[in-house]
Amino acid sequence: MAKAPPYPLMIGPIHPALKEPTMFKFTLEGERVLDADLQPGFNHRGIEYLGMKRNPLQVLHLTERVCGICSAAHQFVFTRAVEHAAVIQPTERADYLRVLIAELERIHSHLLWAGVAGHELGFDSVLYYTWKIREDVQDILEILTGNRVNHSYYIFGGVRRDVSDEGIAKARKILQGYKKLEDTVLNIFLSDPTIAHRTRDVGTLTYDNAIKLCACGPLTRGAGVKKDVRFSWPCAAYGDMKNDFKVVIPSDYGYPNKGDIFSQVVVRLHETFEAIRMCDWVLDNLPKGPITSEPNLSALLMAKLRMAEGEAVARVEAPRGEDIHYVRLKKGKMEIDSWKVRVPTYGNIMSWITMFKDAQIADIPIIIASIDPCIGCMDRVTVVDGDSGKEKVLGMDEIKRLADRRARGWK
Amino acid sequence: MKLTKSFDRSLWVFHVNAASCNGCDIEIVAALTPRYDVERFGIKLVGTPRHADVLLVTGPVNTQMADRVRRIYEQTPGPKAVLIIGNCGASSGVYYDSYCIQGPFDEFIKKVDPNAIIVYVPGCPIRPEAIIMGVVEAWKALEKLRGEA
Ligand code: SF4
Repeated sequence: MAKAPPYPLMIGPIHPALKEPTMFKFTLEGERVLDADLQPGFNHRGIEYLGMKRNPLQVLHLTERVCGICSAAHQFVFTRAVEHAAVIQPTERADYLRVLIAELERIHSHLLWAGVAGHELGFDSVLYYTWKIREDVQDILEILTGNRVNHSYYIFGGVRRDVSDEGIAKARKILQGYKKLEDTVLNIFLSDPTIAHRTRDVGTLTYDNAIKLCACGPLTRGAGVKKDVRFSWPCAAYGDMKNDFKVVIPSDYGYPNKGDIFSQVVVRLHETFEAIRMCDWVLDNLPKGPITSEPNLSALLMAKLRMAEGEAVARVEAPRGEDIHYVRLKKGKMEIDSWKVRVPTYGNIMSWITMFKDAQIADIPIIIASIDPCIGCMDRVTVVDGDSGKEKVLGMDEIKRLADRRARGWK
Repeated sequence: MKLTKSFDRSLWVFHVNAASCNGCDIEIVAALTPRYDVERFGIKLVGTPRHADVLLVTGPVNTQMADRVRRIYEQTPGPKAVLIIGNCGASSGVYYDSYCIQGPFDEFIKKVDPNAIIVYVPGCPIRPEAIIMGVVEAWKALEKLRGEA
């Protein structure tokens, strides 16, 4: 019998394996994936456009809603960008509290990912277990910031709320509880034959590809690339703690830097417990002092932000990778003049294509979940060729060519 | 059609993400997992709208998703209720003046089906407890339906 020709398979935009709307088009031969293509854009909400119609204080709330999972990271990097542009100095205590919340968020995000990965493998007990322990860090976040998910904690010049001694004591107690669970959690994920079987040598992103495709976050660290903005470009309190912690890559924990999904499990879990130690470090070294350098909000808005002129880029390591915001402020203008967000998932989606190559259909959900995609973050741009209305995919060569032409002053 | 009592003791829900920011979605999953555990009330997340009695809709419904959400609504067999999770669906929330928003979702769904049972769960994001409360409201609405039948 002749071999069946390759056939297409569409997954999305709404599909039980996807938590967020996006669409994949696979070309399959039997059960094997030959090629994969991605069509984003289903989660587009026009956030950058909205940002340019509002003043920085209002945009602060919009930044959190770029993505509800890494909301604090977006607010963190946006406040930093605006602070740079408007020359506002945060206080020292605020710098530490900012890092505390960012790390707590990393704990919650990584545990969330571990649960979702378990679910995609069909191992629901793991989902329930990790989400049960994740509720504890949500409790800390609620005690410290007042809300479970979108915290509204960061503000230009500092943070909105101080932590009480009582809150610190409670947080410490919960963090202590996590430390006791470390062995159990690592054991569940790293010595279980089911998880090893489904994740080892699946969805591999090699070291070279990770660099070539500009991937970021735990995805690249799984391949052994030491890329972490917390250490390579430390901001806030990260600079002070730099020497006590190090970038998590699998080989430091006795696993090969293979770049498969198992390596990512290793990286994310160890990063979770590293983040717990970072939180402890921050609580130990929390300096005294005011939490914001500009307590009067209307003065901040009218005098500082409205009169500011300048542009800035800021970067912070979000749970999923490097998050970059660009902000431009114009003097006398209330609204932000220009705002650009480059989210970690945007850097990571290209890796999907190589990770899908030669995978099985059954591995598709876990590969999708493995980069911890945040489509809500990513869907803010669509590239459409204005003249023909056709979508256009630009390769690296093409982009380079266009960039060269632009540099020479051509159109 | 007469609804039996067992119907509203085992509401199956389908989750539609209509361009939400994820904040509400993770709280929905949180509501299903051990701390809040809505499964003990017979509430279960299913993989297709054709099995569902209740649609959980998050997000402000953008242009891309509008038609798809409508189709999902039509695929859900009646009697059904729609739970609008979060401020997004109820009022478009922070995205109210964006160019690509087709919502608010209640108005949008009323155009499709004027008699739709809509339950609001406000908050940005909602807390898991609020989702449980919302499902109780949906129960009440469906019970009312039984009284009329
Ligand atoms: S209501 Fe708020 S938290 Fe929920 S999806 Fe909308 S913006 Fe996100």
